[in-house]
Amino acid sequence: MSLENGRNTAGAFLEPLSSHSGKRFSLRFEYDASRIRSPWWTPIVSIILALLLCALFIAANGMNPVLVYEKMFRGAFGTAYGLTETMVKAIPLLLCGLGIAVAYRISVWNIGAEGQLTVGAMAATAVTIYFPDLPSFWSLSLMLLFGIAAGALWGLLTAIPRTHFGVNELITSLMLNYVALLALDYVVFGPWKDPKGFNFPGSPMFTAAQSLPVLGSTRLHIGLLFGLIAVVIYYLMIRFTKWGYELRLIGANPIAARYAGIPIKRHIIIVMLISGGLAGIAGMAEVSGVTHKLMQGISPGYGYTAIIVAWLAKLNPLGLIVTSILFGGLIVGGYSVQTIGLPSSISEMLQGSILFFLIAGDMIYRFRIRRSRVQLKGGR
Amino acid sequence: MRGTSVEMRGIVKKFGSVTASDQVDFSANAGEIHALLGENGAGKSTVMSMLSGVYRADEGEIFIHGKGAQIRSPKDAAQLGVGMVFQNFRLVQSLTAAENIVLGEKSSFWRGRKWIKNKHKEIKALAERFGLNFPVDRPIWQLSVGEQQRVEIVKTLYRGADIIILDEPTSVLTPGEVEQLFETLRVMKQAGKTVIMTTHKMKEVMASSDRISVMRKGKMIATLTTADTDELELARLMVGKEVTITRQEREATEGDSLLEVKDVDVYADHGRKALDHFSLNVCKGEIVGVAGVAGNGQKELAEVLTGLRGWRSGEITFDGKTVKSASVRGAIDSGISHVPENRMKSGLAGRLGSVDNLLFKSYRSEEHSKFGFLKSAKNRLWSQELVQRFNVKTPELETPVQQLSGGNQQKLLFAREISHRPKLMVAVHPTQGLDVGATAGVHDLLMELRGSGSGVLLISEDLDELLQLSDRILVIYNGSIIGESTHEEANRESIGLLMAGIHNREESAV
Amino acid sequence: MDFTTQLLIAAISAGTPLLLATLGGILNERAGIIQLGAEGLMLMGAVTTCIVYIRSGNLLLALLATVAVTAVLGLLHSFLCVTLRANQTMSGLAMTLFGSGLSAYLGKPISGIPLPGTSPKLHLAWLENVPFIGKIFGNMDYLTWFSLLLVLALHLLIHRTSWGLHLRAVGDSPATADVMGIRVQLIRYSYVITGAALIGLAGADMVLAYAPTWNEGLTAGRGWIAVGLVIFARWNPLRALFCAYFFGALDSLGFRIQLLGSAVPPYFLKMIPYLVTILVLMYLGYRNRNKPSGTPEALGVPYIREQRF
Repeated sequence: MSLENGRNTAGAFLEPLSSHSGKRFSLRFEYDASRIRSPWWTPIVSIILALLLCALFIAANGMNPVLVYEKMFRGAFGTAYGLTETMVKAIPLLLCGLGIAVAYRISVWNIGAEGQLTVGAMAATAVTIYFPDLPSFWSLSLMLLFGIAAGALWGLLTAIPRTHFGVNELITSLMLNYVALLALDYVVFGPWKDPKGFNFPGSPMFTAAQSLPVLGSTRLHIGLLFGLIAVVIYYLMIRFTKWGYELRLIGANPIAARYAGIPIKRHIIIVMLISGGLAGIAGMAEVSGVTHKLMQGISPGYGYTAIIVAWLAKLNPLGLIVTSILFGGLIVGGYSVQTIGLPSSISEMLQGSILFFLIAGDMIYRFRIRRSRVQLKGGR
Repeated sequence: MRGTSVEMRGIVKKFGSVTASDQVDFSANAGEIHALLGENGAGKSTVMSMLSGVYRADEGEIFIHGKGAQIRSPKDAAQLGVGMVFQNFRLVQSLTAAENIVLGEKSSFWRGRKWIKNKHKEIKALAERFGLNFPVDRPIWQLSVGEQQRVEIVKTLYRGADIIILDEPTSVLTPGEVEQLFETLRVMKQAGKTVIMTTHKMKEVMASSDRISVMRKGKMIATLTTADTDELELARLMVGKEVTITRQEREATEGDSLLEVKDVDVYADHGRKALDHFSLNVCKGEIVGVAGVAGNGQKELAEVLTGLRGWRSGEITFDGKTVKSASVRGAIDSGISHVPENRMKSGLAGRLGSVDNLLFKSYRSEEHSKFGFLKSAKNRLWSQELVQRFNVKTPELETPVQQLSGGNQQKLLFAREISHRPKLMVAVHPTQGLDVGATAGVHDLLMELRGSGSGVLLISEDLDELLQLSDRILVIYNGSIIGESTHEEANRESIGLLMAGIHNREESAV
Repeated sequence: MDFTTQLLIAAISAGTPLLLATLGGILNERAGIIQLGAEGLMLMGAVTTCIVYIRSGNLLLALLATVAVTAVLGLLHSFLCVTLRANQTMSGLAMTLFGSGLSAYLGKPISGIPLPGTSPKLHLAWLENVPFIGKIFGNMDYLTWFSLLLVLALHLLIHRTSWGLHLRAVGDSPATADVMGIRVQLIRYSYVITGAALIGLAGADMVLAYAPTWNEGLTAGRGWIAVGLVIFARWNPLRALFCAYFFGALDSLGFRIQLLGSAVPPYFLKMIPYLVTILVLMYLGYRNRNKPSGTPEALGVPYIREQRF
């Protein structure tokens, strides 16, 4: 590697798939590895580009993209009801996203938030089934505890294969997602099935004592508080504790962290426990604050959307709050356009494209276009 | 065709502000073995890299077989018949030797069993002609290092090279394999090829080459015929005349033993033995310098002492207590501090600021944290103090340290390592890449440590530095200490010879 | 037909999409690019086949469209990973999310509509009467035959041709390949695009041979299992064959066991493929901890030309 002027430059030729001969000017993309921080506006540009891309698909369906987007925005943020719904959707995104961000700090990919959320919901439901007559405070606290424990355990199942067997946590966490969903199916159609729920298979409805308190007559439940508290705790711990310091060190330079005597394997496990636990809280909150019963489809893919939420926020705690609200709005918006005939998966499409543009955008920033005359004769 | 095959005139190559090649003239003839001799960092590899197309010269001309040549890429070099065997091999580990050799060959899309068999025969024949022996059909990772090198050589021959450059070829070979290599080189020479070999090992140069060019600090010093010279003259040319180095004034110290390493065996990654029945000791209040060419075990020595690597057999005692097993935290807690070779890779976290980097080793102590919380305000003050005391120039305490200059980074590192009063400091190439002022600063710090009763193990390739600072200089070669001099006795020639592997000889007064 | 024959047929049927997807993944990763977008690619392949087949009634057209669409997605992935050197894991994840969303969006209008036909079979009358294998091979899908031939072709390609040599070099040490004059970027682009198209075909096969209509989330994680299979098969097409059929058998085993009247709830049986994937990978990780695992050395590492050694 040549170090020119202390900077690390590596020229990279964009190889055209067919070669052009006889060009006098060549566009040379120079890759500058030192530009690691892309500017703050890349997320915004990514969103805009994604909106444009999906507009194409909307138009192909014969609809006016502008109208569609407008309806989505109104549905999510335009009415009081919409706003609270957005917040409701933002809660699990915030919790799961936080967990994913914590893990990603040390380059651990937790794709299993969906499964961790599911088992958290299941564990919380178990409390309602097996300890049905507890007073509200105890009931809810136990549900929360079980939810965290279940989620953490699911996270642990992802960590151990990585730390002790070198199995990529991506695959493990993914597989466990499907296992969790199947387990959910099992209990919902099997042992916990509500004998009275004919049209809506699921567990028996939660009693008031088993439901999280809500704000007024909305569906906005106290889970919001959990999320915000978690974010604050995360921020404080990263900045002010020994553990947070160790995480930051591993994330900044794992080799140096080793030189400082930090045990990386242990941290992988801890981080997955936390990540899973947070998703478990999200599961408990969903089932106890929103649906009030355990059933199929309690999560429209929160665990996956949370990945984008975390990335878009660049792992920044404050950013996480913003992006989770944004994507909560996206989900609600998606539902609201169903009335005009579009599938709600429009929001998934948008999410995926935002991520694509975000990734591309981060990297494009590293390239500078240099026009150079191609010298055909003579030395340098 | 005899005669001059390679000529390089006025070659200049700069990397940023560092001049790696300074008006270098070099020439080699067909049918000869030409050795390019010099210490590490003398610039030999750089010059040869320009000949083989890896780098492009900033100034100067190259002539191959008398014709001017533009060598802009390895492809150009290959077309001109120049082939280079690098120190770190350009081989794909999972492919067989034969596959590596024919890699990139445009012929024949279909390579059935017959085609492969024929290729094997062809390659084997070529290899045998030059006395090179290796299994053609096993994947590279199964081959020994010596065999891999032979594959590389055959690769260049297969491509029709008649100018063959070998970069430090013997550094990875056993003595027996070295002999075989020289045989091969002789056959190549007799076939009319030009063989250029860069090396720092004088003995081998004397044994194998026809002519020698000596480089030092980027300049070509002299070109000699091997028969007309001897090792002493070469040593003198290689390391330069004895310049009066101002040795640091020091009071004699008689400290207790601090570190004792007895008869230790250490294995590097991939099972290679790095330290062999290795022993050394360091006393309180002394600087022990370890001289030697890179790759003789220094890296592993530092790792063992700082807890990053384990050892087999032998015993290590520190501060009176036997060290049972390798543990980084254990080393830190016992008072061993470490300035690693590559500060940005292993010593500092570039994205974090000064405070975070200073806390590396001590964040667990009571002084810096309580009940799991870092004492932020206190730590900040402490960092401020350290930064001031050690004169680290940084715009803010929060500025990512990768934005600091090399000298300031190193000062920060030292600040961290010295601040908790280490009993032993293991410093590896501490002044690498630093300018004169920063280097002097580091030297002062080391002397200060010595003055306050700590021990210092200084591992360095800079002989001047070692001669200036060390109370005793040990020379490491092939994983053990082969020589020792005190501060008064040490001189460049004798150390230089030891570094090259030549054991104590009676030397005439120099 | 007895139990084993039935099981084998089912294994092959369920294993073919896995095989195709695994082969596609192998091509990607042998060239050094991680392919985590398999799930999204399979879904896009399935939905494209459905839409075009339903709208046009022409199966061949549908398959061509599938190949085209997923190849374009592959182009996107290679642009991000090879040219922009973006994080390959993230790009794959984005592909999965985008593919899931887009396929759900595009597939809504045709959801539940049955396809005009299923995967055409190659009827070999002369083979049918051969004991045991006759029943299996005498009436197999064209796509399955394709996948088998593909296994053979890829095996030969990788080990017996210059292209294969170049592929292996690019995936293990792109710097060395570059120095030897091999066009690294071109090769990576080609294999990523081809691999993506194969994964798309896997999705097409799923919908043609398996589920006769489109519905959201059709693939149920099979793309991800294929990702695991690539590692399980150690990036080797022949092994991929056995691994895919093994998992195909696992997949249908659950159903079979149910038919036999077992009391085990079907959900647990359905969990088997997923759990086995994890366990197998753990076992491999443990067993190969000191040996080279066959992973292409440069997998996941973006290649920057001037950054030599």
